[in-house]
Amino acid sequence: MSLLSLFSRKASAGVARDRLQILLSHERTTTGRSDLVAILREEILAVIAKHVTVDRDKVQVKMDRGESYSTLEVDIEIPLPAPVKMAV
Amino acid sequence: MAKVLVVTSGKGGVGKTTSTAALGAALAMSGRKVCVVDFDVGLRNLDLVMGAERRVVFDIVNVIQGDAKLSQAIIRDKRIETLHLLPASQTRDKDALSAEGVARVIRELREKFDWVICDSPAGIERGATLAMRHADIAVVVTNPEVSSVRDSDRIIGLLDSKTEKAERGERMDKRLLLTRYDSGRAARGEMLKTEDVLEILSIPLLGIIPESQDVLKASNLGTPVTVGSPTSAPARAYVDAARRLIGEKVDLTLPDDRRSSLFGKLFGRRAA
Repeated sequence: MSLLSLFSRKASAGVARDRLQILLSHERTTTGRSDLVAILREEILAVIAKHVTVDRDKVQVKMDRGESYSTLEVDIEIPLPAPVKMAV
Repeated sequence: MAKVLVVTSGKGGVGKTTSTAALGAALAMSGRKVCVVDFDVGLRNLDLVMGAERRVVFDIVNVIQGDAKLSQAIIRDKRIETLHLLPASQTRDKDALSAEGVARVIRELREKFDWVICDSPAGIERGATLAMRHADIAVVVTNPEVSSVRDSDRIIGLLDSKTEKAERGERMDKRLLLTRYDSGRAARGEMLKTEDVLEILSIPLLGIIPESQDVLKASNLGTPVTVGSPTSAPARAYVDAARRLIGEKVDLTLPDDRRSSLFGKLFGRRAA
């Protein structure tokens, strides 16, 4: 066993505690109410779908719930209009 | 006045049924009239852990549906005179329990017993909310493990919103029972410590039950651990927890499975 793996083994309870604290601080505020980040994700997608045809597979949504703030990253590939054939 | 207690957890397999049997037997051994009630309709197991599986004739569903009287369904323990069991049905599902029926059965049990201990099914569905509905006090059984702690947090939320007591605007008395605790691993930082779980869940501590081979042995034999191995570490921890339930002040020592409990002496502390 390397020194590093010995260290990470030791720290696992602390990691568990920190993960739980962050997770539960979110779950306590969202249980029973709707989740703000989830609402934003759906509404943003709906607005974009109104103007362009969005392929759901080309949409990438990433959420990261942190202790003091959360980030919502929406990456949408908007197709270009069909290319116009140039006359030679 | 009778007390209705629910043993609940959200997550399955953390020790609700074991704890129901052990606490029920410990309270009954102190002379109180106790009835343990299995709410896990469809997957009953409290009868097996109590060693009464061959004596079940009627169950809680029969009583609720009027096919049997409560006194016909209640099984008296052969070892402890004041200990009784109301089994769950094995063939029906949780929808066979009506809210009114459960309320009536609990009302009748309150008249006959000092302690009514409801063993909740796992999950947060109807069976679990019916089991906690009429409780005066809740024992939240938690393992020092992330998924168990998260589920306990959900259950605490339900106890504070879906129970009669919460709906009357009263505060539900909730106590943490930390089970399968390994003080050695916690001290080495491999397992969540009692302090960590208490800080995260913010409810007072009822007791710490050490991980022990005596617990499996007790269920193998169909004898609550507090009856079958009364001097074992988990039995002593359950007896102390039962004494705290009836309002006694009992110092909390971290019980160790090894008989010379060095950790208990080093980390002795008081329960909240």
